[in-house]
Formats: sequence, C-alpha cells, structure tokens
Amino acid sequence: MAIWLTKDSKVIVQGMTGSEGSKHTRRMLAAGTNVVGGVNPRKAGQTVDFDGTELPVFASVADAMAETGADVTVIFVPPQFTKAAVVEAIDAAIPLAVVITEGVPVHDTASFWAYNVAQGERTRIIGPNCPGIASPGASNAGIIPADITGSGRIGLVSKSGTLTYQMMYELRDIGFSTCVGIGGDPIIGTTHIDALAAFEADPETDAIVMIGEIGGDAEERAAEFIKANVTKPVVGYIAGFTAPPGKTMGHAGAIISGSAGTAEAKQAALEAVGVKVGKTPTETAKLMREIMSGS
Amino acid sequence: MDLYEYQGRDLFERHGLPVLAGGVATTPEEARAIAERLGGRVVVKAQVKVGGRGKAGGVKLAEGPDEAVARATDILGMDIKGHTVHKVMITVTADVAEEYYFSYLLDRANRTFLCIASVAGGMDIEQVAAETPDKVVKAPIDAVKGVDEAKAREIVTAAGFPAAVADQVVEIAVGLWQAFVAEDATLVEVNPLAKNGDGRMLLLDAKISLDENAAFRHPDHEALVDQAAVDPLEQAAKAKDLNYVKLDGEVGIIGNGAGLVMSTLDVVAYAGERHGNVKPANFLDIGGGASAAVMANGLEIVLSDPAVKSVFVNVFGGITACDEVANGIIQALALLEQRGEQVTKPLVVRLDGNNAEAGRAILDSANNPLVQRVDTMDGAAERAAELAAAGV
Repeated sequence: MAIWLTKDSKVIVQGMTGSEGSKHTRRMLAAGTNVVGGVNPRKAGQTVDFDGTELPVFASVADAMAETGADVTVIFVPPQFTKAAVVEAIDAAIPLAVVITEGVPVHDTASFWAYNVAQGERTRIIGPNCPGIASPGASNAGIIPADITGSGRIGLVSKSGTLTYQMMYELRDIGFSTCVGIGGDPIIGTTHIDALAAFEADPETDAIVMIGEIGGDAEERAAEFIKANVTKPVVGYIAGFTAPPGKTMGHAGAIISGSAGTAEAKQAALEAVGVKVGKTPTETAKLMREIMSGS
Repeated sequence: MDLYEYQGRDLFERHGLPVLAGGVATTPEEARAIAERLGGRVVVKAQVKVGGRGKAGGVKLAEGPDEAVARATDILGMDIKGHTVHKVMITVTADVAEEYYFSYLLDRANRTFLCIASVAGGMDIEQVAAETPDKVVKAPIDAVKGVDEAKAREIVTAAGFPAAVADQVVEIAVGLWQAFVAEDATLVEVNPLAKNGDGRMLLLDAKISLDENAAFRHPDHEALVDQAAVDPLEQAAKAKDLNYVKLDGEVGIIGNGAGLVMSTLDVVAYAGERHGNVKPANFLDIGGGASAAVMANGLEIVLSDPAVKSVFVNVFGGITACDEVANGIIQALALLEQRGEQVTKPLVVRLDGNNAEAGRAILDSANNPLVQRVDTMDGAAERAAELAAAGV
C-alpha cells in the first residue's frame, strides 16, 4: 500500500517539456510510474514521445486532471515560476503536488503554503527543493533513482536527497515501503511529522528511518510527536554535527543561528523519546538492520 | 545575506521609513565630508556584523567635522571581536525619549512569518522575552494577507504602545512589512524603534537578512555583498558556480548533495579524533551531474587551499553514474596538470551506488599513485584522516 504514492497513482508533470522535466519524466516512466501527461499552456494539444510512450500536453493542471484522472503532479518549473505552478495545482485541488525545484524564494513558498491552508489543505505539498517520493516497485514521483532498492517494510523520511539514496542503498536487501524526501528549505509543505504519522498508520510499514539535519527545530518537534503517537520503532540520523554556526551548508534551511538548530540538541531530543540515533549513515543502517532482524 | 547597519538604514530610507540622516565612510576624509553635509553634532559608528561594538569603543559622538575625522580615524581599522572595521556610519544625533522593539521574521515551525513587538526596546529581546514575557507580543502574519492597517493596529494595541505614538507605529509597521516583502527579507529587526524628544518615531538600528534565493528579482542586491569580507577561495568557487564553504581543517572534502557532504564532514571529524585531531577543511557540494570539468574545478579549489593535506571525494551515484565520476576524477587530475598545477596531495575516493563497480574499475586501471580507492564511507574517511595526519 505504501504512503501517498501507490501503483495506482496517476502522475502529471508540470514543466514536462523543459530539460529537467523531460529527463525525469523518461526516468519515471522507466521506473514503472503511471505518468499520464504534462502541463504547458503554450504547448497544449501537442504530444511528447518518451521512448515510444506518447504523453499529451495539457493547458492546465485542471484540464489534465479532467482528461486523465491524474492525482499527483510533479513540478519541475524554474524558481521564478514555481509559486504560480503550485498555486495552479492547489486551485485544481490535486491530492499530491511534489515540488522538485531548488532555489525557490522563501516568500514564495510561505505564500503558496498560506494559500494552500486557506483552501483547506486539499493538496499535500512535498518540497520544495526535494528529491520527491518513491514507493519502490510501485511508483516514483520525482528524481529518486528507482533502481537502488526494491520494496520492503521500512519507511524513510529525509531532508536530504543524497542521504536518502545512501540509506536506501545501505538497506537495499531489506527494502522500503515508501521513501519521502521532504527537502531542505526553511519552509516545506510536508514535514517529518506528517510522514511519521502516515508511516505509523501504514500497515505495510514496520519501522521508520528519519534523517534530519541542522537548522530549525523540526526534529525536536518530531521527537515530541513520536513520544505521543508513534508505536513503530524509529531510527534517526542527523547530519551537520561539525557545521559551524552562521554558515549555510548548501540547504537554505541548514544553518545554525543562535542556540537553536544544533545537531546535538536534535540527537538529545530524539534519544530522550527512545529513538536510536546513529553516528554515521552506516551505523544508522546497522541500527535499523538490528530492529528488522529482531522482529 | 546579512546587511550592515548602514545598508539597512539606506534600505529603510528608500522605502520611506523614518531614519536619521547619514552616510557611510571608508576614510576619515569621507567622514569629514558627511559631517559637513549633516552639520552640527554627529555619531560615528563602526560597521561590523557583530554585537557589542558600543562597549568595544566602536560608537563615538563628535561635535563637528574635525572631531568626526578624529573619531573615524580611531574607529577605522579597529578590531571588534575578530572583525576589522572597514567602514563607519555617520549620522545626526537623536534625542531619544523612549525605546521600543519591532521585527518581522521567518517562522519556520509555523511555516509563516512572525511579528515580534515590545515596548521594552533597546535591550536584547531574548532577555526581555525570558524575564518579562508579557512585554513581548508575537503575532503570526499570514503570508498572503500580510500586514494592513488593521493588522498593524491589532499588533500595536496588543503590544501596549502609548496612545501618543500608536498612529506613527501603525504606519511604520505597515511600511516595514511592505519593505520586508518587497526586498525578500527573512528578517528585519528594529531595535530600538525610538521616540525622539520632539515626539517623532525613528528607526535607529537595522538588522536585515535577505533571501539569496530571491536574487533573480533583485539585481541590486548583488551590490550589497561585502566582497572584502568573503573568503578568497569562497569567492573563486562562487565564480565557478560551486557550493563551497571554507572551514578550518586539513582534509579537503568533495561530495555530491548537501546532506551527504554535511554527513561527510561529520564522519571525517570523528575519524580525525583518532588521527592527530585533523578536521574537514571545507564543504564542497558538486551537485548532481558531476562532469569532469566540474570535478576539475572542485579539485582545483580544494587543492589550492594550503591547509589541505589530503582530499576525500565522497560520491553516491544516484542520478550520476559512478563511472562518469571516476572518469571525471582521472580527467580532472590530467586537466590540472595541463593547467600547470603540481598535484601532490593524496586523494581518497569512495564511490557507491549507480555503476559503482565500473567506476572503481576505472580508478584501478588508471593506476594513479595519488588516488586511493576505499569502498565504504566510514573506511574512506578513516583513510583520508590518517593521510592528512601523516602529511601535517
């Protein structure tokens, strides 16, 4: 069953005709994702060939949904146009919007998030600046490589793209129900807590790996949530123990300011609620391996 | 990007907010010209991005142009907590009767913006919030609706601003919000927001952070970057579109993906504890499609850091194929040689993921004595730290 993305998901791509969009549409199709079309108002009515699969281009998300029954959109448009693309997806009330674009101004993200809340949160937004979501063996919406691991019973939620891949690779013999890359920006649509709640409720997930990094207090809040709501075992990893305060390490959200956001504080909060935290990705995978072999 | 106080003052002035007349000087003679233009008594303030400059002697009064020159001479070049003063701001003086606090900032936890206001200004707001929480108002701001006059009045009333200044503060709150949005700021903090002796409100200090992701709609923000304060290696990296941060260690780091590189820094630091306490020398994320040219640029930057004794290249092939990365490393070393660089520092390379076997085979057959292959992240970090410790 997995969370949020299943083999029945019908996926459209906003920005499918752009270079990144077309490259990853091809990859998603190869991974078995049911991609049903793309959106580009200037190319509406055309079709695009992806190695023999002809995909129609629609004028809007609403049109694409009406014609194809799409329930997931993956957004690859450049940062200047991301806010408009997400607002369009929200207006169409599509259930899931995955925003891959990196470099979106935080005022734009705050604005489309506020708009989504005002519309009653009909759309789940993942990202921006994220690798997307993959339910191995079923569907893949975004840029997570599809061939790292097969399906299994571990759920993974992570702020970081490559650390997601690293962890999938470390535990590829066990496999994953769903891997969610929530992104490293200061404001994101789907949080660690949202993913933890969904994995807790998912009968096909037995244990959860949570990967965080310095900045903000999302991991601390996730720890509180785990204490009150999560009965499945959780293993954690935090990147950025040695990052100096005030320096941005690639992710706009990964910056330690003042006393908040340190890796130590996050580790302590997670350990206080019984989450085992690995010192390195490999050690974290080992902790998960012990849990999965014991149960 | 954090702005200097004078840049904040200029920004407020451009947005029609009430600030003291003033200017910025890099030499005592420039200070004289500004003091002459302003007339009368002036304040000379060191421009550094660190608190406590008043106590360090970085803020002085001057009774006219001659004294302004003398004070500027004293302050320019001064060291304040490790920051050298290169600029001073000269303003007319204020006759402060009351000091308040007002800010807008990003509220990550609630995925929106926040207004913090207090009638107890002039001090550290965190201290005020800790000691007298009832004196600090925190109001969430809806990013779509923003701050209109009604919202501003709600905040001003809740914070308990005196009736005599309420209308002025409402106007400033609306104007400050408009500046916050128009400039794509993530923080604008005014402390103090002061009432002058004549009853006029003034924004007497400015702490502003701008969102670098929004640079595409603010071509003017580029000019606000203090080039002199940027590390030369960071500057060279930026010119090549590389995401590089200089750190204080001996092990050069190159990896793909911000999270993996951050994690690499940690793993190297742990390994360093066993090897002469060596540490990571930098953060360098070469991103997804690591071509030979990108790898060469990255290696060139990392190797040109004299503190670097060994380099750890840590790549997980996700979308990138490891054979391409391996070719990139070999070609990069050849490219550097062509550019006349003498590469003598050892490279430890860990490749995993997509096409890892092919990548490792390429490294093996190249048989470059500088390149060592270790196939686990922890093992490779250990080796890189060991080599750095041996080379120190």
